[in-house]
Amino acid sequence: MANMIPISTIVLASTSATISFTSIPQGYTDLLVKVSARSTAGNGSYLAVIINGSSTSFNSRVLYGNGSSAGSYAGSGNDRQYAGYISASTSSTSMFSNTEIYFPDYTSANNKSFSSDSVGENNATGVEMGISAGLWSQTAPITSITFDIFDAGDFVPYTTATLYGIRKY
Amino acid sequence: MSETLTKVVVNCATGEQSVVPLTAEEIAQREADAAAFAAEQAAREAAAEALADLKASAKAKLIAGEPLTAEEADVLVL
Repeated sequence: MANMIPISTIVLASTSATISFTSIPQGYTDLLVKVSARSTAGNGSYLAVIINGSSTSFNSRVLYGNGSSAGSYAGSGNDRQYAGYISASTSSTSMFSNTEIYFPDYTSANNKSFSSDSVGENNATGVEMGISAGLWSQTAPITSITFDIFDAGDFVPYTTATLYGIRKY
Repeated sequence: MSETLTKVVVNCATGEQSVVPLTAEEIAQREADAAAFAAEQAAREAAAEALADLKASAKAKLIAGEPLTAEEADVLVL
C-alpha cells in the first residue's frame, strides 16, 4: 500500500521565473509533484526540471501528440531536462497546464530516474500532450527540485505546484 | 522601468516561502537556455517537416511509377 502525503504547496501571487522546493524531507520512498502552470510566453512552453541545483547530467525521451501529429524524440541540449508542457499566454483564458512528475527512490545512491505525464491545456485543436522518461545521472539523494521554463517566458500568478511524499508499506 | 525577475523558494523543512530576485548570472543563464532551446526546437521542427516532405515525395513517385531516390526508399522501408 502507498500513501500520498502533501509536503508543500506553492501558489504564485506574482509572476516568477522559477519555483523551488528545498530541504526536501528524506523519509519517503518516492516523490510526486503536481504542477498547474501557465506561461507569459506566447508560444507553448516546456517545463524544465533542475535537481539539487544541477542542470547537467540529464537525458530524456519524449512521446508527444498534438492537434496534427504525434512523434517522439530524445532530448538534446537543455531539452534533456524536459518535464512537461505549459499553457501559453495565448491559450484560452484562465487555462493552466496539468503535469505530474514522479521521482522514484529519490534517496537512493543510484542515478535518479523520473517520469512525467503532461497536457498543455487549451480550448483548441493544437494542444500538446506528452509523456516522458527522464534520467539525472547523479547518485546524490534529491534534496531540492526546481522548475523553470525552457522558453523565454515566466510562470504567471496562480501557477501552482504541490510536492507529495509517497510512503510505501 | 523593467520588472525585476524573481524566483519563489519554499523550504520544505520549515514551510518558509521566500521570493528572491534573480542574480545577473541566473538571468544570463536563463536567456542563454531560452535561445538554445529555441534553436533546438527549430531544428526538430525542420527535421520533422523534411521527413514529411520526403514521405510525400516517395508516395507520389510510387503512385506515378517513377524511380525513388535512396533517401525516399529509406523512409518507406526503415
